[in-house]
Amino acid sequence: MSAHSQAIGSRVLRPRPAFSLRRWTEREGVFSWLMVIPPALFLVALVGYPFVYGIWLSLENRPVAKPGVFVGLANFITDLHDPVFWQVAQNTFVYTFAATALKMAGGLALALVMNQDFKFRNLVRAIMLLPFIVPTVLSTIAWMWILDPSFSVVNWFLVHWGIANPGPSWLGNPNLAMFSLIMVNTWRGLPFYAITLLAGLQTISPELYEAATIDGASTFARFRYITAPLLKPVIFIVTMFSVIFTFSDFQLVYVLTRGGPANATHLFATYAFDVAMSGGQFGLGASIALSMLPPLALLIAGMAWYMRGEKT
Amino acid sequence: MTVERRGWRIRALKLWLPLGFFMIFNLFPFYWMAVTSLKPNSELYSRKIMPLVVYHPTLEHFVKLLTETDFITWTYNTMLVAVVSTAISLVFGVMLAYPLARMKFPGAALISFAVAATYLVPQPLLFIPLADIINKLGLGDTLTSVILTYPTLLVPFCAWLLMGYFKSVPHELEDAARIDGATRLQTMFRIFLPLCIPGFISAGIFAFTLAQNEFLYALIFLTKTDVRTVPVGAIAELVRGDVFYWGQLMAAALLGSIPVAIIYSFFVEHYVAGLTSGGVKA
Repeated sequence: MSAHSQAIGSRVLRPRPAFSLRRWTEREGVFSWLMVIPPALFLVALVGYPFVYGIWLSLENRPVAKPGVFVGLANFITDLHDPVFWQVAQNTFVYTFAATALKMAGGLALALVMNQDFKFRNLVRAIMLLPFIVPTVLSTIAWMWILDPSFSVVNWFLVHWGIANPGPSWLGNPNLAMFSLIMVNTWRGLPFYAITLLAGLQTISPELYEAATIDGASTFARFRYITAPLLKPVIFIVTMFSVIFTFSDFQLVYVLTRGGPANATHLFATYAFDVAMSGGQFGLGASIALSMLPPLALLIAGMAWYMRGEKT
Repeated sequence: MTVERRGWRIRALKLWLPLGFFMIFNLFPFYWMAVTSLKPNSELYSRKIMPLVVYHPTLEHFVKLLTETDFITWTYNTMLVAVVSTAISLVFGVMLAYPLARMKFPGAALISFAVAATYLVPQPLLFIPLADIINKLGLGDTLTSVILTYPTLLVPFCAWLLMGYFKSVPHELEDAARIDGATRLQTMFRIFLPLCIPGFISAGIFAFTLAQNEFLYALIFLTKTDVRTVPVGAIAELVRGDVFYWGQLMAAALLGSIPVAIIYSFFVEHYVAGLTSGGVKA
């Protein structure tokens, strides 16, 4: 018995090393940081650094493949005197507002329609998402053919039914081109809205509707006082995503119009691409791309403020 | 009985009519892609005949696409890039999400804010400096350039999605493993991560479709035909000057969409779970 207790005593008394790497890495804070550091470094190197480097570039006069010269805010001043830049800003706002409004209205409508019980609902939901998952450039190529100046299928029907002859030039007329882009953007983004809002609708307890119905609330009142307030946070998140990615859209415009006709559909991203890649002026291009940031930040801050005001 | 008939009418008006409209609007471009790719040129460029049907279907455009262009190489490149960048993003995503979701450590708030901010940085803000950096590193016209840059779009997303999933897993199993003497790493690999496979599928599928969809970086970094991805190859090489090879373009669009659509169809539920977790749970 005494031998037994001695064994335990000697084990307890064995001196602990002052430092053990293994024990150190087992500490919660150390382990966490060891895990987080590699991906964090990766993001700093390929997002943080390019971002800062982009700001630096925007302050330089830098033709492609030549060393840059620091010019301060000269690029931004050039932008402010460039009529195309202002047209681009206007185009981007029109595009973002119109497309986001259409996606929100259409997405909400589709979500409400699909929130009813019907056969094959999951299958329909899966099919509805197709425009969102198929690579954008590939589906936009199909749209380009649908809106083709000579062989547009839309125009075939317009002519065939005697509505217009010849049909409109969907991508050739400045206003129609913007309209077409907004429609295609809506086509692609609407499913995301609809499916996310549908998921939001399904978290609303049916008991709320039952109680409201018993109290004599009309369909509209139920929507106004139950659905709308409870869906608001979801709408906010989805709209924020939509605004950011519509505002900075590149693919649709690059494929369908390349900014034309006469810059009528150039957005910040495509104009920056034209100036930097086709024109070879990296500094000026970077300044145009950076000009997206303040309005975008304002839009998001405004939306956040609006949401906050609603809560209190 | 009148009530029943009225109910049927209301249902048609409230459900089937709008649903039909949305279905046609959503699916018409895909139908049009398929129909066009099967039409011979004589039907393609005729303004007389009804365009919605194919009278003499032909595989001519598909054959030309596969034999006369590098479409197969582009597809291979796209798949390779998407798979590798998705894998990298999942690994990095776990490394960010596990500590952020399961542990307390100083600086956690800062890291999670930084991840969210990176997620919201739009690509067009970075493409000019990145083009310069990639050039300086001598990575232009290599698949490495896009394999390195795609995860910058995917990692924040994967981390965000996985964090949501990780938080929903109860702590008891990990606690038990820790009490039994497992190290933190063992606990993570043997106990925790196997519980999260649905989360990985959601994040993986989503990242994979995003990687397939990417266009801007690929357009700028990849200018040679043997390193191009499908979207860039189709735009850059099937449109020559003012000449559009519509049959081949549609065949390419269709074939390029099919892999994503097939993978998506197997994991629809996971995809939808991933898609809605951002908006609904946040």
